[in-house]
Amino acid sequence: MAHAPETSSALHGVMAEFDSGQALVDAARQTMAQGFTRVEAYSPVPIEELNDIIHKKRTVLPKLVLGGGLTGMATGFVLQYWASVIEYPMNVGGRPQASWTTFIVPSYELTILFSALTAAIGMALLSGLPQPYHPVFNVERFSMASSDKFFLVIESTDPKFDQRAATEFLKGTGAKGVYDVAE
Amino acid sequence: MSMATTDNFQVAGTPLPGMKQFGLTAGVLGVVLAVAGFFISGADRFYQAYLVAYTFWMGVVLGSLALLMVQHLSGGAWGVVLRRPFEAAVRTIPFMAVLFIPIVLGMHSLYEWSHEGITATDPVIAAKALYLNTPFFLARQAAYFVLWGTIGYLLTHWSAEHDRTGDPALLDKMARLSGGGLVVYFLTVSFAMVDWTMSVNPHWFSTIWGMLYIGGQGLSAFAFGICVLVMLAQTAPLSRVITTHHFHDLGKFLFAFLMLWAYLSFSQFLIIWSANIPEEIPHYLDRWDNSWKYLSIFIIVGHFIVPYALLLSRDLKKNAGKLRVIATWILLARVADYYWHVAPELHQDGLTISLLDVALPLALGGIFVSLFVSQLGGRSLLPVNDPGLEKALHHHVH
Repeated sequence: MAHAPETSSALHGVMAEFDSGQALVDAARQTMAQGFTRVEAYSPVPIEELNDIIHKKRTVLPKLVLGGGLTGMATGFVLQYWASVIEYPMNVGGRPQASWTTFIVPSYELTILFSALTAAIGMALLSGLPQPYHPVFNVERFSMASSDKFFLVIESTDPKFDQRAATEFLKGTGAKGVYDVAE
Repeated sequence: MSMATTDNFQVAGTPLPGMKQFGLTAGVLGVVLAVAGFFISGADRFYQAYLVAYTFWMGVVLGSLALLMVQHLSGGAWGVVLRRPFEAAVRTIPFMAVLFIPIVLGMHSLYEWSHEGITATDPVIAAKALYLNTPFFLARQAAYFVLWGTIGYLLTHWSAEHDRTGDPALLDKMARLSGGGLVVYFLTVSFAMVDWTMSVNPHWFSTIWGMLYIGGQGLSAFAFGICVLVMLAQTAPLSRVITTHHFHDLGKFLFAFLMLWAYLSFSQFLIIWSANIPEEIPHYLDRWDNSWKYLSIFIIVGHFIVPYALLLSRDLKKNAGKLRVIATWILLARVADYYWHVAPELHQDGLTISLLDVALPLALGGIFVSLFVSQLGGRSLLPVNDPGLEKALHHHVH
């Protein structure tokens, strides 16, 4: 992992390393309070609080899942209606062909299936996956993010971003190390 | 031994003074209206309304008992914060057993099978007489209350002792009793609900009846527990520790139990509708081919569709005030659901409602809530020595 020349034009951002989740949470709070907006945190364990601190904007995923569920429900209902009323009408014990009561169960199952698929696929796509390359891996220490170190990155696309100021600021938050992240 | 806790979460005096006041007012008003209604509408209507009201409030108690046992086995932050409200509800069982007496007095109004000489004229009741007879009925009720009361007493007694000593062996004892206790709960509640409400029409049967009530009791207990916790969280000491994360979790449980209730109710309907045989289908025809249809529609829309759609929202589940409104609404819908189970059997001409159908849920509710609040007092509002407490209170940091 060779470091790219350290010019701000080819910089993804500045990365700070922490020893604990709590230190990361505290630093993230200070960073957001400072007015930075393009911030990302990396942790070997899920920390729910971080999400509330860094990602203030609500994801559209719940609305997509609702849409997926309603689509599934309609699909299930139309599928059964088409089969038992239009294409293959059959008298089953004298019951009406459009027996919506019995249609409820498969419609419900498809509601769940479509919601779950929308949630899983939508979550991956909205997170930007699949992503074969990410600049944070240019920092050698970052491999520790999957064992026991915690990282915070202020990205260079942040309107307030200034390489030197961001580095100084992160050092002041109790970081164990601050690194430039090459693009 | 006992963990270091910074606080014992005990309030001086009575917790929830507002709820106590509400209980007293509702109790007095309800009893006065119920006595008036007894003379206006007669004994038959009185006992019918009493059965609905009693089944509902006992459902809150038994649902609390079941969730308390589930929580002793599963652990989890939701259970730690609701432990004391559940225990307070469970400790009312001896008093609730006394309140069962009017149902015994009103047996002849409620249960056709208890009539003298009915077995000679009704072959269906005659065939069921081995189970549906007065002495066995009374013996079963005694057995249910002894079992529920004993399990409830031991669980709350050991829990109080654990508050004092922090002896980990007590946790083990509570978990062991809960395992067997849940089996006893499922069996006794299944039989009890066949006795109380299904045998109002001794000709009809449904094998999912017990499960339907067990799901309903869980829903009632969660709705009641949420209402209590929202009120407790408004003042110290719980206002310091109960956060939106707890309400979010409890809202999800409420949503799940609402779905469970709907699933069981719909299962019963779908099976009977599909079979469409004369032994079973009258249950739904009696509730759809006359003005009971309006109550049936209300149950579908008010007890399921509206709260279901609202509880989908995450913001609502995290908002204690709004969640309490939904939980209260669900409790009212639960009363309507029990009314829908019982009343159409005794009034097959069509929808009817009397003063008693409002007065008795209010009266028994007032009495239950007063008992509940007095049982909640005098102890820490959280299980101070519980090993899950620390995690439950720092719920958001994983």
